[in-house]
Amino acid sequence: MALEAEEKTRVRRGTIVPMRGNEAVAYAVKLSRARVVAAYPITPQTIIVEKIDELISKGEMDAEMIHVESEHSALAATYGAAVGGVRAFTATSSHGLMYMYEVLWWVAGSRVPVVMAVVTRAIGAPWNIHVEHSDILSTRDTGWLVAMAENNQEALDLTVMMFRVTEDPRVYLPGIVGLDGFILSHTVEPVEVPDQELVDEFLPPRRQPYTIESGAPIAMGNIIPDEAFEEHRMDMHESMREARRVIEEAGREYGKLTGRDYSGLVECYKCSDADYLFVGIGSWMGDAKIAVDALREKGLRFGALRLRWIRPFPWDELREYGLEKKAVIVLDRSISFGYAGPVFLEVSSALEAKPSMVGVLAGVGGVDVNYEDIVKIAEHVVSLVEEKGRVYVPALWYHLGEFYPMKPGPLPTRKTPRHVNKLLEELWSKKS
Amino acid sequence: MYKLLREKSVEIRFHGRGGQGAVTAATLLVAAALNEGKWGQAIPSFGAERRGAHVLAFARVSEKPVPIHSQVRWPKIIVVLDPGLLLVEEERKRVLAGASSDTIVVANTPEPVDVGGVKLYYVDATRIARELGLVVAGWPVVNTSMLGALAKATGIVSIDSVLNAIKSYWPGRLGELNAEAAKRAYNETKLAQAEKITVTG
Repeated sequence: MALEAEEKTRVRRGTIVPMRGNEAVAYAVKLSRARVVAAYPITPQTIIVEKIDELISKGEMDAEMIHVESEHSALAATYGAAVGGVRAFTATSSHGLMYMYEVLWWVAGSRVPVVMAVVTRAIGAPWNIHVEHSDILSTRDTGWLVAMAENNQEALDLTVMMFRVTEDPRVYLPGIVGLDGFILSHTVEPVEVPDQELVDEFLPPRRQPYTIESGAPIAMGNIIPDEAFEEHRMDMHESMREARRVIEEAGREYGKLTGRDYSGLVECYKCSDADYLFVGIGSWMGDAKIAVDALREKGLRFGALRLRWIRPFPWDELREYGLEKKAVIVLDRSISFGYAGPVFLEVSSALEAKPSMVGVLAGVGGVDVNYEDIVKIAEHVVSLVEEKGRVYVPALWYHLGEFYPMKPGPLPTRKTPRHVNKLLEELWSKKS
Repeated sequence: MYKLLREKSVEIRFHGRGGQGAVTAATLLVAAALNEGKWGQAIPSFGAERRGAHVLAFARVSEKPVPIHSQVRWPKIIVVLDPGLLLVEEERKRVLAGASSDTIVVANTPEPVDVGGVKLYYVDATRIARELGLVVAGWPVVNTSMLGALAKATGIVSIDSVLNAIKSYWPGRLGELNAEAAKRAYNETKLAQAEKITVTG
């Protein structure tokens, strides 16, 4: 009995506190004992660095905060600190990420573990502070690991995990934890904050391939022979592939300590026996789970497969769950203009476009998409599949309850969305 | 999950004016729910959140966690922090959007007002705030009173949980004053006689 009780307390050591997604990330950074944080504020990321600043000033966190004049410098300073041998962290959104884009490549290519939070937000123009996934998905090819949280708890847990995974010698690449702007960053939910000793047990002392120390100069980022450069890129590719095993191990151990298992690169909700599958990233995949249940009540066997990791890409899992489905609906919150959503393109290539596939664009710029919308999308796709047998639609835009098919190729059939129409009419009537 | 959302969860929408603390009220409601072993979620709605503008916040309270992050479209409870929002037709429409016959409106208003036949609980939270000197930059602080009213009208959380949440959010005298406001509002909240039963939304 006593042993059982002890086992139980071993599994759950934490305090449940209501907090915003951004605060959850800040606490994760504190628990991971990051020593340097450099950042420039941008909505909706701001609360992360404000909270870290507060924790430092209260003496609850032993770290140095470097206030810089731009995001380019924010990541450069974080990089510098990490090369110096400490855990370093930064966070940004949208334009901030665009501005630091060059440095992302310097960090990854230098093989220095760094962790960053990206609070997803639309990129202007026109100006919009709400959700779109163009910012985080633009990091796809930089050599950073990219994970995406569904809720605030996961934002905390993935941040802690990211330090461990990126610092594993089999990986030695930096990592991004994404969370949806406002939808998670500013929403209050109960979050279990693990005890410090639990995180200390989970996170080994920092490891990295090399450090710069005073008195022992080394040169970094030099020009190297073409062949060596190519081999360096081949090595990064291998490490990214290897990262999936490291994630599985770390996720399993985190599960043993906290009761929350993250050994999967994907989260599968009723996908094994499903005829149809939703695939997507981020917070709205929770609403997709509710839609799955609502659709099953109507006799349509749906499942939801959430990609928790975007890099490394969960290729095996997608094929395992996706290849045999009647249809796969990929939900995208950003568009590669003129073609399809980036997640659709990734999923379609992994599935070799074998099942019927429809890429649905929706919720761009923070437009609210709930489980009712997702049910509507599903019913529309099911009717297309039933009518035509097999369908392959890269871009079907769902906007305010209506569908706008947007075919790639020379003859697009499209309707102009009503808001745009109204706007144009107003403009023209003013002109004349 | 769908069943859990339909049967064991309550969706709430707060209407106030920018600066009145609708978001804080929703946040305190989550803390109160957590205090009772329930799950809760508070979602701010950011847009034109200027001081004085009509602003919304959403909340959910459930027996168990619900994996949902969309906005509340069909509220079972609507909390109105500013009496003016029920007097101007256009604002009133926004307040009552998505309400059904079993929706409850909990409003800060000295007298009952027409809410299209929906069940109305009301309390003069502005007066309570003034009596207690809870005025910041000329604005009576009504959000904590309205949490007391919410506890009385709906019972989704107990008044004790509301008081605990308030006191731990503002330790010291400020918390005591706000808790007192919530308690007074709890005691003064009344059900208005529904004159006509019509369904809006």
